[in-house]
Amino acid sequence: MRLEIKDLHVHYGKIEAIKGISVVVNQGEIVTLIGANGAGKTTTLKTVSGLRKVSSGAILFDGQDISKVPAHERVDLGISQAPEGRGIFPGMTVLENLEMGKFHRKNRRHEMNEDLDKIYALFPRLKERTSQAGGTLSGGEQQMLAIGRALMARPKVLLLDEPSMGLAPQMIANIFRIITEINKTGVTILLVEQNAQQALQRAHRAYILETGNVVKEAAAADLLNDPAVREAYLGTGAHS
Amino acid sequence: MKIRSFFNLRDFGAGIWERSNRLQRVGIALISIFLVGLLPFAGASFLATPIASYDAVLVYPVGIFVLMALGLNIVVGKSGMLDLGYVAFFAIGAYTMALMGTLTSLNTWEIMPFGIAFAMLAGVLLGLPTLRLRGDYLAIVTLGFGEIVRLIALNSTWTKGPNGIANIPMPPDIGPLKFKLDDQKVFFWVVVVMILLTIWMIRRLSIRRPGRAWEAIRQDEDAAELMGVPTLKYKIWSFTLGAAIGGAAGVLYASKNLFIAPEMFTLNVSILILSCVVFGGIGNIWGVVVGATILGYLPDRIRFISDARLLVFGLVLVVVMNFRPDGLLPRKKREKAIVKREVSA
Ligand SMILES: Nc1ncnc2c1ncn2[C@@H]1O[C@H](COP(=O)(O)OP(=O)(O)O)[C@@H](O)[C@H]1O
Ligand SMILES: [Mg+2]
Repeated sequence: MRLEIKDLHVHYGKIEAIKGISVVVNQGEIVTLIGANGAGKTTTLKTVSGLRKVSSGAILFDGQDISKVPAHERVDLGISQAPEGRGIFPGMTVLENLEMGKFHRKNRRHEMNEDLDKIYALFPRLKERTSQAGGTLSGGEQQMLAIGRALMARPKVLLLDEPSMGLAPQMIANIFRIITEINKTGVTILLVEQNAQQALQRAHRAYILETGNVVKEAAAADLLNDPAVREAYLGTGAHS
Repeated sequence: MKIRSFFNLRDFGAGIWERSNRLQRVGIALISIFLVGLLPFAGASFLATPIASYDAVLVYPVGIFVLMALGLNIVVGKSGMLDLGYVAFFAIGAYTMALMGTLTSLNTWEIMPFGIAFAMLAGVLLGLPTLRLRGDYLAIVTLGFGEIVRLIALNSTWTKGPNGIANIPMPPDIGPLKFKLDDQKVFFWVVVVMILLTIWMIRRLSIRRPGRAWEAIRQDEDAAELMGVPTLKYKIWSFTLGAAIGGAAGVLYASKNLFIAPEMFTLNVSILILSCVVFGGIGNIWGVVVGATILGYLPDRIRFISDARLLVFGLVLVVVMNFRPDGLLPRKKREKAIVKREVSA
């Protein structure tokens, strides 16, 4: 598995939201994309999963350019996304949401149950709520459901768009711990975050995005100690 | 809360259904169908419609409205796309019947597949470019499409323009069952059969893959696509299936009315059918059936108050929608139901 975004440009109408970024995600890594609101993080992820069209540049997945592949086929290639705002189906139960996770499953009950067991082991909370409607879950539970649902497709790379958004600190810590756990099972992760502190602690490498451009790329640990980065993204000045 | 659950006919009905075994269910279904089949004989009761002939009212508006509302409900209720031009498919079916019925020697049943096919073709042709649009855009494009079909019928020589097409043949008799204009029982039974087929088809699709896909698309289209649902394909399917039912209704309508003209296919029809769906309970088959029955029947039932009739009709709509914003028999809203239970607990 290797995901490579090459000189990517993406437009909304005439407005250029992504202005030529290049990002590499290697097998087994957690790579994080951090940046302020409106930097283009969501747009980048949506372009990788296929919800937005590429204006120019390429998205290589295992060396193949997938930028023309429709979004619903990218799941089968091994790219799953837990979208920004969680995007769970509010009127479906937890179980139904999880079953939707891989639409192209050819009646393999056995395989599905195996995946369900795995996900319930990862998120015991979801198992307790299995027949509860998705729309009635708490924010944290919805985020677990969004991640669990994405895992149902047995992805090679998991795209996470601000999983910490709107959650209490306790739950944020919990979610990030699980993200590391998922990564340890061999799933590569591309994590988009505004919560730079947590993201940088969990990730191997990081890119900093500003108004559609990558302005910095480094090992996550280095960025955690970079005074400029601390100033801009970690809310604690270098002097503190 | 108590009062609300007392009026919850949907759960009452669903409860009976769930507690019944297979044999009882077959029994309930057969008895219901039998009773509905007897409806045309109830013309001398309180159901009688003044002025308009009762059995004719049962066919049109009531039966045809139910059929069309079921078709539109696939599009609006199941997959959540607002179609304001549904009359177009009804018109295409009707004109197919009128033209082929007068120009060829084919009978109604032989023309039916053509009417359905042309309506579906129109559905695909309209759907391919437009179903990428969302919400308001789709509503406006479909609204325009409905008007375009009517304007073509109005301004073309092959459709006989505003004069419309007359002498459309009635359906051939089915064994001992004869189609007559002064006694439309047989027409009614045919509509009922078409409605039953439609309900059967929708229920089968709903519990299978397409139903799941439509449900996911309605609730969150982007998420559905991310899960691997080919959303455009399923939206076109839903749109085309709705079109097929509209087309079938149009064929039957033309073959019963014997005469059609462009003025019968205005935007009003689209709005009225949409009202049936919303009034009865968007997304719920039985709600839609009840809604279309009431909205089809009521104006003829209260025809004796002539001028005030439409006013009363409008008032009923406004009042009912105020008290039951989700319709008479709304679809199950699980996300809400559970919140309520938690609050009251
Ligand atoms: N649907 C849209 N239409 C037009 N512009 C958009 C749309 N979505 C995002 N943008 C713009 O694209 C830029 C990047 O947005 P986004 O990718 O959502 O940023 P982030 O996820 O980093 O907050 C912003 O300037 C935003 O205003
Ligand atoms: Mg974002």
